[in-house]
Amino acid sequence: MSPETKPDFLISPEGLRVDGRRPDELRPVELKVGVLKQADGSASIRQGKTYIIAGVYGPRELHPRHLALNDRAFLRVVYRMATFSVPDRKRPAPSRREKEISMVIANALSPALFLEEFPRAVVDVFIQVIQADGGTRCASINAASLALADAGIPMRSLVPSVAVGKADGVLVVDLGDEEDKYGEGDVPMAILPPTEEITLLQQDGFFTRDELLEAMQMGISSCKYLHELQKEALKKAYVKKTPDGEEGDVDEDEFDDDLETDLGESDMMEDE
Amino acid sequence: MAVYFQKREVVVPGQLLAEGRYRPSYGTYDENGKIYSTLVGLAELRGNTVKVVALEGAYIPKEGDLVIGIITTVAGNNWKVDIGGPYGASLHANNALRRPYSDDISEYMDIGDVISAEVIAFDRQTGPFLSMKGRGLRVLDKGMLFDVSPAKIPRIIGRRGSMINMITDHLRIQTVVGQNGRIWIKAPDTASLRLAIKAFKTIEAQAHTSNLTERINTMLAAEVAEIRSTAPTIKTGKDTENEAVEEEESVDTEQSDLTGDETNEAVDDIEEQELEMDENPDEETENAASDDIEDELEDKFDNEEVNEK
Repeated sequence: MSPETKPDFLISPEGLRVDGRRPDELRPVELKVGVLKQADGSASIRQGKTYIIAGVYGPRELHPRHLALNDRAFLRVVYRMATFSVPDRKRPAPSRREKEISMVIANALSPALFLEEFPRAVVDVFIQVIQADGGTRCASINAASLALADAGIPMRSLVPSVAVGKADGVLVVDLGDEEDKYGEGDVPMAILPPTEEITLLQQDGFFTRDELLEAMQMGISSCKYLHELQKEALKKAYVKKTPDGEEGDVDEDEFDDDLETDLGESDMMEDE
Repeated sequence: MAVYFQKREVVVPGQLLAEGRYRPSYGTYDENGKIYSTLVGLAELRGNTVKVVALEGAYIPKEGDLVIGIITTVAGNNWKVDIGGPYGASLHANNALRRPYSDDISEYMDIGDVISAEVIAFDRQTGPFLSMKGRGLRVLDKGMLFDVSPAKIPRIIGRRGSMINMITDHLRIQTVVGQNGRIWIKAPDTASLRLAIKAFKTIEAQAHTSNLTERINTMLAAEVAEIRSTAPTIKTGKDTENEAVEEEESVDTEQSDLTGDETNEAVDDIEEQELEMDENPDEETENAASDDIEDELEDKFDNEEVNEK
């Protein structure tokens, strides 16, 4: 890989970014659910050149035992970068940065999960960065929350996440690698869409108060867009599993938990 | 007052399901009078209760569940039993044996034995406790264990056992279906065993589609006829598989909603279905059990059976 050079400008005279995006435009995002056979739940995300796979196991028995929490499940997130994910070979030993990002991701996801339903157990989330091109922690959160849903872990909501940054003095959404390296700042954030609660907010670089508030607004609206993509990807994965589609009458009488009759239901629907 | 989903719609976590005087139930949560889904699953409305039927998930024990466990440790008066999912269960000798019993309870059941048992206690503090004092709860001898996703078990049992009874009737096999996603199958020959596994796999893969009982019924009827006609020789796998695909496709076009339940009106639950099978002498291939516990449980079992009559 040839040594990287700083681009002449991050924002072109026409107001576009290095890769031709508008400041509030995300990179193309491709989400897939159920990509791994062995994991209980899995998902992958491509966001620009970033490519990440997340696998979830559990809830399952926790080893070592001393980590167990008596009132809820332990959420164990492991974020790892492949040796070939960055221009210089990444040394395979777990780095300080990987441990920190693992913790940050766990903190961003845990408010969304009903971990208290599984005391003393563990939910394992393994995140593997195959190719890194900026925004890996946010992309990891997007993929991990889909994988958690795929594993059947009860959640308040999916967790979309995006980074907002500043390049040549302009606030830009979803930083690419160059904007991340040569820009003036970076604010990764994650939200719970139904309530707009913020579960991740970090910042490096310099922002004025107004800039930060505006950056957060931009982040929230981008997260909401990502949330739509996540819902779509998840539904697609499950509807596709139906071989004969959704057509035909749904049979009422096959689940053994259909014990009650449908009395009143039809009346209810008519009320609307 | 509003419901925001179609019947049996696939919903995702955080999706708003209903607003107003609806009651949240399994797979949902309530926030400020609005009901959201917590799972990926099929949303359902019963009366004014909203629930989501999960499509995935680990086994979480529930009191009264019939489970199939594998003994992992013998510790004093207890057996530790693996029942799948995050929690290991324990079975106290008093809940399995009639007193007096020997000090060394591994004489009765040892590591690796497969048992059917009932969950008698489970809450957030105390891990699941099992009992084998009940009709049909015993060491599962011979046969094989088959794992499916615990979320699909209701479908495999079917309403009031319609699905599982249909399968056992066709194939003349013995089965025990545990709520923890394990199925024990004991078949007289390999062909029926393979067919049973195929049926269970089909159900698991197509659990949320309609008319499943009917489709499985047709598939099994056709394949059983085939097996019986070619008598003792085992069919080559390839033939049977191709035919199964054709079979399924032809059934898809038919609409027959109501036939699924008719064969099994008298049967109320799995235990009873098991009981029926045990009554049937030509299916009972089990040897006179040499195991004390088995004798004992069987005795108890027989008594209860008599009492019922």
